[in-house]
Amino acid sequence: MTRVYVSSVIPAPAATVWRRVRDFNALPQWTSFVAESRIEQNLPSDKVGCIRNFTLNDGGRIREQLLALSDYDMSCTYAILESPMGVENYVAKLTLTPVTDGNVTFAQWQADFDCAPGREQALTEQIGGGVFQAAFAALKASFGGR
Amino acid sequence: MTRVRESAILDVPIDEVWRWVRDFNSHVHWHPAIARSEIEAGMPPDAVGAVRAFTLQDGGFLREQLLTLDDDARELSYCLLEAPIPLDDYVATIRLLPVTDADATFWQWESEFNPPPDRARELASLVADDIYRAGMRGLERHLQSRAGAPGVHRVARPAEDTRPERPAPVERPRDVEPAGLHPPRAASGSHLTGQAVVMARHGGPEVLRLEEVDVPPPGPGEVRLRQSHVGVNFIDVYCRTGYFDLVTPPGVPGMEAAGVVESVGPGVTHLAAGDRVAYACPPTGAYASVRTMGADLVVRIPDWLGTPQAAAGLMKGVTAGFLLHDVHRVQRDDCVVVHAAAGGVGSLLTQWASALGANVIATVSDERKARVAEANGAHTVVIGRGQDFVDTVRQRTGGRGADVVYDAIGRDSFDASFAALALRGHLVSFGQASGDIGAREIGPMSSKSLTLSRPNYGHYILDREMMTMQAERLFDALDRGFVTIPEPRLEPLDAVAQVHADLEAGRTIGAIVLET
Repeated sequence: MTRVYVSSVIPAPAATVWRRVRDFNALPQWTSFVAESRIEQNLPSDKVGCIRNFTLNDGGRIREQLLALSDYDMSCTYAILESPMGVENYVAKLTLTPVTDGNVTFAQWQADFDCAPGREQALTEQIGGGVFQAAFAALKASFGGR
Repeated sequence: MTRVRESAILDVPIDEVWRWVRDFNSHVHWHPAIARSEIEAGMPPDAVGAVRAFTLQDGGFLREQLLTLDDDARELSYCLLEAPIPLDDYVATIRLLPVTDADATFWQWESEFNPPPDRARELASLVADDIYRAGMRGLERHLQSRAGAPGVHRVARPAEDTRPERPAPVERPRDVEPAGLHPPRAASGSHLTGQAVVMARHGGPEVLRLEEVDVPPPGPGEVRLRQSHVGVNFIDVYCRTGYFDLVTPPGVPGMEAAGVVESVGPGVTHLAAGDRVAYACPPTGAYASVRTMGADLVVRIPDWLGTPQAAAGLMKGVTAGFLLHDVHRVQRDDCVVVHAAAGGVGSLLTQWASALGANVIATVSDERKARVAEANGAHTVVIGRGQDFVDTVRQRTGGRGADVVYDAIGRDSFDASFAALALRGHLVSFGQASGDIGAREIGPMSSKSLTLSRPNYGHYILDREMMTMQAERLFDALDRGFVTIPEPRLEPLDAVAQVHADLEAGRTIGAIVLET
């Protein structure tokens, strides 16, 4: 099992950031690498069990299933069902935590997965840097951060 | 059970923070409340079960026991054994998490305890502010003051101007930086030269002179701003004449400005160099092109809001916001009276109350202003504030009267406002343009069970949390079109004396903003 962990500080109150990210179908609105997204079978995007089916800018298609959603903890857990990345048993969790001194948000994104031997490093960089960190950077910029 | 949870981002790598936090005997080095610390019975300070005995700065004594210590999760918990305040069953947990993209640390400090019910709020805020928040910032300062020592790496800050320091021709107002309050400034950053309007003494507009000033780099919790636009408010005139004792000569007046963050001091996490920002708060010192000030009440402004508008409208907009939401919570279909509905705050009150679904009755002093009030969305406009006004309010409310009256006129409108209110109505007196209201009997208020409020702007923007809430509410209302800030009249900074003269003579219409 390989673990990727990325965290950042988003310059906006946690409730505000959470409104942006809790929508499981909203990746095109707040990341830079998702071209389009839909929820399969027309389910609501906050129904646990729903599947988002999205296309990356490079044309790759990914299907992910929402496993848990907590408005109390401000966290969202999901698994990859289908992707071009070559990962197995991939489960990721995005969590927001309020920073009371400053009224900003501590954001964490973690994924655990299995992959072919020797690919751990490349996948860690791709997921940690190309996906999670890139998404956080876009989120920060959208709230006026660096 | 009372629960307290505080958190902060420390601009220090996590291993360095954890090295200090995990030492159960280290508080005395960094926590401002602790005078002495000792581990009892000669146990190692990281042994689970160890008891520390603290003597506080105020002489109080307390004992705490380490319950868990986890180097992998960077988490520890402890309980109180003995304390000078009633925090029964107190168990606290500290947890650190890395901020991977900034080499910084997220620190969460939380606890549960059973206080006496009537002291729950007081004790919770004491624990949150004086113990946790002060402690987290205390360790950050401690580690940053050791910067350069092995193992401590400061997160890179924006490049700063490196011109040599020069002596300051003008002291910053005393209330900006009480002597001895700040620790020595970090060596990063140097002084900048700017222009400021300096008031040499109390007096007429002629005491305002443009001078070159030396602006120091931001200290802990401070920010240095390049201010492109400065808002002019009538309170600035009161400061100049000495009617309000807010500026001690020689000093710089002004409480509202907008511009760009030039650099931030240690511990400032909500702003960064390059942010477009505004503020509307004491201490005075806004009439300047460059300024260093406490960062707490400085807010970032949205991309779509112009800098001149922000400088013109933040104070008035925040005022309208707290008057309509906090002082009195205006509801749909409430009857709301706004006096001077064509003025600065009056216009915003009228627009916003009508957007909230209230039935707004506006008063103005002449025809031209009546048209402005109508354009602001008033449902009924009355010229003058005599019996006609009271009759109109009765008529428009089926004899009931107004739920709330917003009155900044003062002496000339007080009695009419009183008469126009419904049973259990609320008179919000927030100014006295026509003169002092004087002494009043409160007995007659019982004839209608009235409430009277006399709010003070400063009390609704006490700290960063309140200021952020107020500013965000205003930005949201602007974004939704509930209120609009008209284009201000722009004047150069060196025209400030003429602007003050015009303002005092009542020759101005709309807001005035000084361009630096």
